[in-house]
Amino acid sequence: MKEISCKLLVIGAGPGGYTCAIRAGQLGFDTVIVEAKKAGGTCLNVGCIPSKALIHAAEEFDALAHMVNGGSPLGISAQSPTLDLAKTIAWKDGIVGRLNSGVAGLLKKAGVKVIVGWATFRDGKTVEVATELGPQVVRAEQVVIATGSEAVTLPFLPFGERVISSTGALALTEVPEKLVVVGGGYIGLELGTAFAKMGSKVTVAEAQSRILPQYDAELTRPVSKRLRELGIEVLTGAKAKGLKRDGLSVETEAGNETTLAADKILVTVGRRPLTAGWGLEDIDLTMDGPFIRIDEQCRTSMRGVFAIGDVTGEPMLAHRAMAQGEMVAEIIAGKKRIWDKISIPAVCFTDPEIVTVGLSPDEARATGIEITTGQFPFQANGRAMTLGNESGFIRVVARADNHVLLGLQGVGAGVAELSAAFSLALEMGARLEDVAATIHAHPTQSEAFLEAALGALGHAIHI
Amino acid sequence: MRWSRDVAEHVIRLPDVGEGVAEAELVEWHVKVGDLVREDAILGAVMTDKATVEIPSPVEGKVLWLGANVGDVVAVGSNLVRLDVVGEEGEGAAVAPAPAAVPSPKPKIVATAPEPAPVAPPAPATERAAPSRPPLRQALGGGAPRAEGEKPLAAPAVRLRAREAGIDLRQVVGTGPAGRITHEDLDAVFAKGPEGARVHVRQARTAVEDIKVVGMRRRIAEKMSAARSIPHITYVEEIDVTAVEELRAALNAGKRQDQPRLSFLPFLMRAMVRAIDEQPNLNAHFDDEAGIIHQHAGVHIGIAAQTPTGLMVPVVKHAEALDLWGMGAELNRLAEAAKAGVATREELTGSTITITSLGAMGGVVTTPIINHPEVAIVGVNKMMTRPVWDGATFIPRKMMNLSSSFDHRVIDGWDAAVFIQRIKTLLETPAMIFIES
Repeated sequence: MKEISCKLLVIGAGPGGYTCAIRAGQLGFDTVIVEAKKAGGTCLNVGCIPSKALIHAAEEFDALAHMVNGGSPLGISAQSPTLDLAKTIAWKDGIVGRLNSGVAGLLKKAGVKVIVGWATFRDGKTVEVATELGPQVVRAEQVVIATGSEAVTLPFLPFGERVISSTGALALTEVPEKLVVVGGGYIGLELGTAFAKMGSKVTVAEAQSRILPQYDAELTRPVSKRLRELGIEVLTGAKAKGLKRDGLSVETEAGNETTLAADKILVTVGRRPLTAGWGLEDIDLTMDGPFIRIDEQCRTSMRGVFAIGDVTGEPMLAHRAMAQGEMVAEIIAGKKRIWDKISIPAVCFTDPEIVTVGLSPDEARATGIEITTGQFPFQANGRAMTLGNESGFIRVVARADNHVLLGLQGVGAGVAELSAAFSLALEMGARLEDVAATIHAHPTQSEAFLEAALGALGHAIHI
Repeated sequence: MRWSRDVAEHVIRLPDVGEGVAEAELVEWHVKVGDLVREDAILGAVMTDKATVEIPSPVEGKVLWLGANVGDVVAVGSNLVRLDVVGEEGEGAAVAPAPAAVPSPKPKIVATAPEPAPVAPPAPATERAAPSRPPLRQALGGGAPRAEGEKPLAAPAVRLRAREAGIDLRQVVGTGPAGRITHEDLDAVFAKGPEGARVHVRQARTAVEDIKVVGMRRRIAEKMSAARSIPHITYVEEIDVTAVEELRAALNAGKRQDQPRLSFLPFLMRAMVRAIDEQPNLNAHFDDEAGIIHQHAGVHIGIAAQTPTGLMVPVVKHAEALDLWGMGAELNRLAEAAKAGVATREELTGSTITITSLGAMGGVVTTPIINHPEVAIVGVNKMMTRPVWDGATFIPRKMMNLSSSFDHRVIDGWDAAVFIQRIKTLLETPAMIFIES
């Protein structure tokens, strides 16, 4: 059996793993990364990137569909548009392919050795990789576990022809006539909205009492409104029961059993850390619930073994994993690094989009801090009007005593891009006065951020 | 939370700080009269024989009285601190963790904030509603000071720079808005550092600083005074350590990963154990009052070591039962414990003979002071390459002096010389160390 040794071994080439490996390569380590599939992980191959491509295509199609027969207030009229989903998917696959080779190129440029295959731990410093050419043993001084997460399945709804995961939804070549989405979290709503815009009749069955339960009701209200406009039926408090010949059986909030007609059933009931199948049980790391326990340097309970990304806990977000990966590479290089981030931004590509950074008003109050908030609606924002989408608002949460920002939230078209300004403000320790005294370009939606800060100070201009 | 006027006094006594310890010396106060202290805050520290014990406050309250001065010896159970204990008034049922009501050196600040209503109405219900406008607090000039336990406010680049320089941002005063720590604040910290305070003009200094001899220093002073009455004989011999150094290098090169890196000391200790086999009277305690020599079978070698808190003598117990690697591992463990200040009383007492070494600072000759009530101490001087005449030419050899003192009341000069000559022979022909007689 072939054996190689290296300074750093990274298991999993998702956003966390490949970032770690690239940084380690830059720092001059002899680095090996093992990936069973294609570089880029869930995010690049079957998550963030392909879903955003599909969402964009659906938005374009939907906009055009509303221009048929002079139906647009913009004065644009179009012939009835058609959608060739197979072609859309091919376009999406092209983007994914370009990014795959981009990541592979970056790894190569950084001098990282890539092994394609499934890694299994033999001990804390040795893995055996099942490659196409047979087993390969890799010994490393330091190991980074970046195995990621996988979609949670429902035992009574196994994936197959009719029941699909988000991965399956991103590979459909025909728009299903009737789509039922099980799970009203962000993945289900993003994809459900996209298919509704492409022409599906979409029903969302959510077991909890409301959609997007991680956000406060005020933030999700514009999304709920838009779902109704798109003709998406949302059943809250509805439990999926099982497959029927023509659809999905659910128990409604009232306790009645009913069947939702469906050609495809998309199950998006969350993700769980990928902790099985690669020998975790043999190295006996301390766990934190279903996740691998890490400290503020991403160290596990075993010396020289780090873990990053989804396998280490919530929030399961690519940018968290990337930041952890970079940090770990630098720690291994002997630099003094520690996880001292103020916040991890989160964006949700529903229609309209949601962006949150830091604490919500309720979370801030729960810490016992007296707060002040300010909110500015896009209805009063000129740029939003010119884009023909005025739903949503920006909200700031700050300490009442010294006005240091604690959290920033927004819901509205395209607000995901504001996450950069929000995160920077929090990391820099900005106060309301700092935002209020910064010129925000006109006409942009970011002016609503300025106005929300002014509002919290008691002197918003444009409302 | 409000300080209630309905107060009680709480007396904190010196707790039982160790088995068989009847009294302890107060070595520092962390509080002064008038300070407000939280539960578990450290009030001060006392030192028993060689361990320092911190005294935490079991309650929250205001310091009314301190029962001792630094340097005083306090009996276990005697009153140490009196606290004015604060309680909440009946009405406020669920009390939030005290929000920022921390005393600050600046007197004007923070009239304790009224607690936010428990069910504050959520922000406006509709998007159109005007933003909520809670009453504003004015005078935010420098910003409210950071409350205890709160994260310091600093930009990522400032945090990184501080971390790399080993600066704890919690100890840095931020001059930016809301107490934000700026690059300039870090500059100020760097400027104040040990390098910063250089005197450029030469001038005569007349001040005399009175430094009370407390804690570890006092223990050392007492021991040394006790030893002064011992008539010392000091014997210095030159050892050629070239061979033992070669052996040491070879052993270190071939060692297993789980084995410690050997220093010179384990070899010396091994040689001492062998020499003591032949002269057990050197491994003894002399009780001069009773006129008895306690000759020990076990060889417990004290290693005098400089630590951040002063001179400590961790003890390698039963050196006769350890091999080189075992001694090396035990030395490392004790050195780390002593440096970290976590060495137990057990590990710091009970030596029957002592080695003192200043390493690279070892000099040519020292006059070691016997670690009372022992009767011998072996001092290691600096190892250096010296020219040695081999009968035909000068050759470079690694040479080291051993400066050793003996209690002349019970050890004759002859015995001392035989002991050291035996060690010299063993070290110069190191194979002999390992050959069982």
